[in-house]
Amino acid sequence: MRYSIFSLLANSLSQHSRWTPAWREPEPKAEYDVVIVGGGGHGLSTAYYLAKEHGVTNVAVLEKSWLGSGNIGRNTTIIRSNYLLPGNEPFYEWSMKLWEGLEQDFNFNAMVSQRGVLNLYHTDPQRDAFARRGNAMRIHGVDGELLDREQVRDMLPFLDFDNARFPIRGGILQRRGGTVRHDAVAWGYARGADARGVDIIQNCELTGIRVENGRVAEVETSRGNIRCKKLGLAAAGNSSEVARMAGIKLPIESHVLQAFVSEGIKPFIDEVVTFGAGHFYVSQSDKGGLVFGGDLDGYNSYARRGNLPMVEHVVEAGVAMIPGISRVRMLRSWGGIMDMSMDGSPIIDKTHIEGLYLNCGWCYGGFKATPASGWCFAHTIAKNELHHLNAAYRLDRFKRGYMIDEKGQGATPNLH
Amino acid sequence: MRIKCPHCGERPSEEFSYLGDAGPKRPSSNDPASMDDWFDYVYLRENPKGVMQEYWHHSGGCRGWLVAERNTETHEFISTVSAREFALRRSS
Repeated sequence: MRYSIFSLLANSLSQHSRWTPAWREPEPKAEYDVVIVGGGGHGLSTAYYLAKEHGVTNVAVLEKSWLGSGNIGRNTTIIRSNYLLPGNEPFYEWSMKLWEGLEQDFNFNAMVSQRGVLNLYHTDPQRDAFARRGNAMRIHGVDGELLDREQVRDMLPFLDFDNARFPIRGGILQRRGGTVRHDAVAWGYARGADARGVDIIQNCELTGIRVENGRVAEVETSRGNIRCKKLGLAAAGNSSEVARMAGIKLPIESHVLQAFVSEGIKPFIDEVVTFGAGHFYVSQSDKGGLVFGGDLDGYNSYARRGNLPMVEHVVEAGVAMIPGISRVRMLRSWGGIMDMSMDGSPIIDKTHIEGLYLNCGWCYGGFKATPASGWCFAHTIAKNELHHLNAAYRLDRFKRGYMIDEKGQGATPNLH
Repeated sequence: MRIKCPHCGERPSEEFSYLGDAGPKRPSSNDPASMDDWFDYVYLRENPKGVMQEYWHHSGGCRGWLVAERNTETHEFISTVSAREFALRRSS
């Protein structure tokens, strides 16, 4: 059923008792053309674009838990395309363009809100670096504006502009950036893929990958074996674990990242704002809660929960930026497992095993990339070649020396 | 998390900084023929779900390096030894 004002009115006559489930819960078939491992944002968007753009509909998405139980429902919902490097910027801008048309495209309200993303700067060198990044964005046709202190003050008068250590001198603003309701992204893609014939199989954990004569042949799962011609891995924090089943060792470490939401308060922060002197980013949800986060805890983890020192660190950075939030109470905190790559950039590529494709290394920037990641991964799987937008995201770039190191940190996954 | 430093005893984790997996061994040769070993050492990680050995630095304490055995699923520390002790055991 197509969702619209008319379907809403029609269903109101039956007091909303006749809505049907948004997707089926099929039993796994014996064989599929394509199996995608991971029913999160990237796996579901891949299945959606495989069906919609390439007509590949004999597809299964395997999810070990419930749909969208991983990072698609754990992030701080920020979208932006304010990158510096040529390998990244066109990809993230394509993602932004897909966000802009997404709700009409998959007929689901994902509450895409282009409220603007503002990165603050505190020193002259940081201003110069931001100006450079802004220019790089504009060369790629992306909007970016360098704001001075007074322009920032007009937008956010309650920031601590005269902080003794980190005075705020201005910021770089991408007006087209913003937030999206993350769960709805998973649901919208799932519904769109399901309607086109994709089987979404929940509570189905991958336990093995069988390769015959250098080709992917079959996957072993907690719900039985499934034969497949092609296999796409989009397992985020568990990427190393699933790649290991095919004998592949990845340039990835799994780390825990925490996020937080405060009690609901009156409308306060209109944009997404990031602190330039520490790692802190905040926006305000439609329910009024401040949604914020900071750095990784910093040690390898699969635990999906962090520890208290990082809670304290994030809150300190937040209060340094906005002293007014010091007495706002924190409502919840949670953690997600990030697939941190060695250069801070993702991998969307083929592998040396025919029919096996990789989508991983999203660090903690995977949410904004969800549409373009699925789009490019679907292209890579369907055509067995890389799209020009993910041409730089090759697995062998580390060996060849073509890293895409946005932050210039080197091979230190916990610092990207 | 509390980490048992071999020199200082059990201390809060925020006194320590983290380097990472103690598994990879630095290749001893600079021969270009060993580049695959270097690639493996610098970039590839086992990234285990479960017990791993990892380097920690007691940067806010005795400034000694240590190797801890920790479970990445539960954050439980199983044992710690000094990095020197670890290296001696590994080479013997």
